[in-house]
Amino acid sequence: MRSRLFSRRQSILAIFQTTLAASVGGFWLGSAKAQVDKLTITGLSEARLRTFEEMVRPYVQSQELKKERVTLSLPMLADNGHMVPLSLKIDSPMTEASHITHVYLISQRNPVPLMAKFVMGPWSGRADLSTRVRLSGNQNVIALARLSDGNFIYDLQEVVVTEAACVDNG
Amino acid sequence: MGLWTIAGLALTSHAQQRLIPLEKLQSGLHYSGAEVQSLQTDEFANPSNIALDSGTKSWAKTDGKSNKSCQSCHGELVKMKGVSIRYPAIDKATGKLFNLEDRIRNCRVKNQKAAEWTFESDELVAMTLAVTSSSRGLPLQAQIDGAAKSHFENGQRLFMTRQGQMNLACTNCHDQHYGQKLYTDPLSQGQANGYPLYRIDWQRVASLERRLRFCYTGVKAETPPWGHSDIRDISLYLMWRGQGLLVEAPAVRK
Amino acid sequence: MSSARLQIPPRILQGDVFKVRLLVNHPMDSGFLRDIDGVIIQRNVIRHLVCTLNGREVFRVEPTTGVAANPLFEFYLRATESGDMLFRWVDDKAYIGELRHTLVVEAANASKPASN
Repeated sequence: MRSRLFSRRQSILAIFQTTLAASVGGFWLGSAKAQVDKLTITGLSEARLRTFEEMVRPYVQSQELKKERVTLSLPMLADNGHMVPLSLKIDSPMTEASHITHVYLISQRNPVPLMAKFVMGPWSGRADLSTRVRLSGNQNVIALARLSDGNFIYDLQEVVVTEAACVDNG
Repeated sequence: MGLWTIAGLALTSHAQQRLIPLEKLQSGLHYSGAEVQSLQTDEFANPSNIALDSGTKSWAKTDGKSNKSCQSCHGELVKMKGVSIRYPAIDKATGKLFNLEDRIRNCRVKNQKAAEWTFESDELVAMTLAVTSSSRGLPLQAQIDGAAKSHFENGQRLFMTRQGQMNLACTNCHDQHYGQKLYTDPLSQGQANGYPLYRIDWQRVASLERRLRFCYTGVKAETPPWGHSDIRDISLYLMWRGQGLLVEAPAVRK
Repeated sequence: MSSARLQIPPRILQGDVFKVRLLVNHPMDSGFLRDIDGVIIQRNVIRHLVCTLNGREVFRVEPTTGVAANPLFEFYLRATESGDMLFRWVDDKAYIGELRHTLVVEAANASKPASN
């Protein structure tokens, strides 16, 4: 993994990300390549670690983002990347006045960054969710929730994905 | 060790020394991570359940020229308790060693007069799982005398014989190094009590035959074709080797 | 046509917030894996799964290739009315999967205490 830390684009991004990171206290990993490639589904060999900003920007835009009230649970060490149990709890009264409208599960390394989008509302009663995801290699996972006031809250967890010793072709 | 113990061992184990003594036997579940264990114990969300539901439905479905379902002759699926643990067993008609899949395929064609199910097809895997799940909680056993004796001995010999580019025998990893890590992978004893099971890496339920063929791949040996007698011989040996371990179907492994 | 398993509590009282568990039979082929002959297995994933109660949408998930095969979804609902619960999902091949359940919500002053 190489990084060209001092290209102009990287510097501009770095300033932006530092500001964002400072205000939200997010975790940030450098990208392997300086260019922000358009993510195409060409296969796992193209996959690289996305920055925190790349992961959340498409949804958050210019809204407020805080790391609070969301508790994401994934195994710290996943036996197999094909099926990793994921659950999340969100502290929200789920009333008409204050509720969660959407939850996004975002991957740092998968070929497709968005793993699932959930839609809910006051009728849900609770914003807690569980599912099982695929993770292609060690990475951070973000659970991003949109509030009814348009702002966002999130949680982040790092997962180590082990691989089988015998390479499978069958 | 007293003479009576030796004599007892000789009688019960046909003078075959168990490399892993009965009291040290552990299911593959023991070597699986917490997530795999919780997936298996989740009665509702166990990923094997999809195939299990499918096989259970299939049991009651009429098929073939006979216009009968498995249930028509065998009764309710629960009545199949104790059946899967009798396999592999000698088929009286052909003299061959049949595993449960062979028996199901054979029964479909001969008795149900229905189209043959391909090895490892969705239908066959689901049905094998449904029948095996009726024996859930029963201990593995093996009939290794009479006509089965030569098959058992061949299976044992194959288990102990090095093969493939990596020149490894099953025993090298699964008797000599179980519990230790192969890279980050904990080695199990290679027991068969969970099969057929949902293998997460394959994202579907798989038979013991499929798993054993993959072991050949693992040591870079030439894989025997589907239906080969070597696989059945090894399966019989594994039933003896894992004697007493409980059937876990529907099970999950990584 | 894929099938599914549903689990909801056996007794639901008015006002309860209850958990819904749905296990769907679907390969969720990502389009990244190859079969034994080296040929890419075409992508086929569930595009959306919607739960309606008496025609009103109460849950929606739009998974991608990042959701595991034979997906499990667990979510919550506030019990306000009895009625027809319909789960409907559509995949890349435009196959439609459905599961129906008659939801029974008992009056809040029922004699037995709430379960779960």
